[in-house]
Amino acid sequence: MTDHPAQDLNDLHAPKPGELIFAILFLGFAAVMLSQLGDQTKFSSSGKLFAQPRFWSAVGVIGMVVFGALHLVTVLRPRVAGELAEAISWLRSLEYLVAFMVYVWAVPQLGYLPSTILFTVLLALRLGYRDRRSLLAAVATGVVIVLVFKTALSVKIPGGAIYEYLPAGLRSFMILRF
Amino acid sequence: MDLLFSGIVILARWDVLAALLIGSVGGVIIGAIPGVGAAVAIAILLPATFSLDPIVGLTALLGIYGSSMYGGAIPAVLINTPGTAVNALTTYDGYPMTKRGEGRRALSLAYSASFFGGVFSIICLIVLSPVLAWIAPQFGSREIFLAALLGIILVVLAHRGQIFAAGALACFGIWLNTIGMEPIQYTRRYTFDQSWLAGGVDLIVVVLGLFAISQAFLLLVDKDNAPKAAALSGGLFQGFAELFRHKRVAATSSAYGVLMGMIPGVGEFTAQFMSYTTAQRTSKNPGLFGKGSPEGLIASEAANNAVPSAAMIPLLALGIPGEALTAMMLSVFYVHNVIPGPNLFQNQMDFVVALYIALLILNVLVVVFLLMSTNLLLKIIQIPTRFLGMTILTLAFVGVYSLRNSSVDCAIAAGFGVFGFILKRVNLPIVPIILGMVLGGIMEAKLRTSMGRVKTPLDFIDRPIAFILFCIIVIVLASHFWRVWQAYQKGRK
Repeated sequence: MTDHPAQDLNDLHAPKPGELIFAILFLGFAAVMLSQLGDQTKFSSSGKLFAQPRFWSAVGVIGMVVFGALHLVTVLRPRVAGELAEAISWLRSLEYLVAFMVYVWAVPQLGYLPSTILFTVLLALRLGYRDRRSLLAAVATGVVIVLVFKTALSVKIPGGAIYEYLPAGLRSFMILRF
Repeated sequence: MDLLFSGIVILARWDVLAALLIGSVGGVIIGAIPGVGAAVAIAILLPATFSLDPIVGLTALLGIYGSSMYGGAIPAVLINTPGTAVNALTTYDGYPMTKRGEGRRALSLAYSASFFGGVFSIICLIVLSPVLAWIAPQFGSREIFLAALLGIILVVLAHRGQIFAAGALACFGIWLNTIGMEPIQYTRRYTFDQSWLAGGVDLIVVVLGLFAISQAFLLLVDKDNAPKAAALSGGLFQGFAELFRHKRVAATSSAYGVLMGMIPGVGEFTAQFMSYTTAQRTSKNPGLFGKGSPEGLIASEAANNAVPSAAMIPLLALGIPGEALTAMMLSVFYVHNVIPGPNLFQNQMDFVVALYIALLILNVLVVVFLLMSTNLLLKIIQIPTRFLGMTILTLAFVGVYSLRNSSVDCAIAAGFGVFGFILKRVNLPIVPIILGMVLGGIMEAKLRTSMGRVKTPLDFIDRPIAFILFCIIVIVLASHFWRVWQAYQKGRK
């Protein structure tokens, strides 16, 4: 940060690495969606233009194309170094997306408490937290989240399929609370 | 007086007060942790409040909404890292004061200025209530359509230097909102024959993806960082006395916060910069601004804390959110069967008064909590950022999955998480998408309703408020294009 807010505000709006690639991808997506406007929306012969099912989809998608194109023009110059490297760095988020989706898949199978503890501990290990204190903190985080949301606030998360193998009394308790 | 009593009765329940206390304290803690923020917390907790009584869920989330900026000042002042984005300006004067050994004084001033801004804003809200109660019922479909259109225009124009990107993202939000079954003729829009798209894209799923999951990805991918802050010794009351010496700055900045908060799409950043610039221009010591000026700190904190209550004005009176947090609060209201808009002021004024009282109580609770537990909060803000990312991702699951137990929702939210992550990396705004979704839905419904009675385009603006709103839209657009033209001419010379 600099000594003056106005200077930082200008820096904030200077093109950033990756913005050009983002602008190209966004415009491409908008153009594809615009090409589908006729197929994916209806225009009935009766009724006013504003009441057509197509009208607001058209407003949105035409706006995306027009503003997207103008945005692309503004980021063409000046060129910013590191465009491709930044775009590649976006792919690093996919690892955590996959981890998240595996967690989503695991909850109905293993149950909320076991899946959450496994998720926090494995993710902590992946992030480089290998000492005992950090791993205990990861377990505690998982347990506290389950206790607050499922046990105390009773949010709707189904019991795990694995709970079916528990004795009857414990099974219903685990399904309801963990 | 009857309304005041009714409002107190609504709040006088142990579970409501507990929710307000938990929300307020939780909001301060969340605001104090750099990288979390109220938007993430509200997005995660919103589905968890579905099972609660409406007033309990609402007060808990209102507590987080109204108190997070208080907490955000702590890391801004002590470690030069704003807890929430709107505390960024606080670092300019707060951190230099800390470097001079005046951390306690700076924090105390930040708390007192925040409290002043918050209470000033609530008083304005109360004073304006009769006016709102009179004006709100005069807003019919076309007036609400024009107000929503003005909101979208202001949101886009508020992103100076990024107007085209903001426009594209706002239109993306409008388009997203149209996906699924259209409610009048029951035709499908952009579903590509996929049954999971027939119900549309849920706003809460998008919000969780764009705010919570993207933030988790951002923290997980970046290098680990555990901020360090030294403990403070001594009391934090002195700022209240010092604030009194700078009462003009506090009042002007709070007034800017109220004014900017009331205008949809403008919000804290504009309020802060205007109040900061005014405070600097009128100060006897302008050279100290940016180098540890108490007036600069007061201007920043009073302005940003005056915004949340003021932003409730268009939300409560017209059902029009002005920024991302109020858009989320609108979802909160809808989920709990409270429909903001003209009818709220006509039929549920006691509920509105209860919200005002709740806002007032939360400001008092927060200041008392901060005065007693700042050193405890200093320990919490030292959580390593990647560990924080892991926690946010785990919490985001609860938010999305508990909506409908749908793994498709989780996949959509994760997809928006990656999209939000990219937007944050390239420093493009997320808020226009959310407001595009919310205001796009309002505009579609209201335009359809209003066009039934409109024969010629002029009929659309033949009522006084509609005409005034139309004139404001024309003036806003004309002044923008005039500025662009002047900048172009200047560039040619």
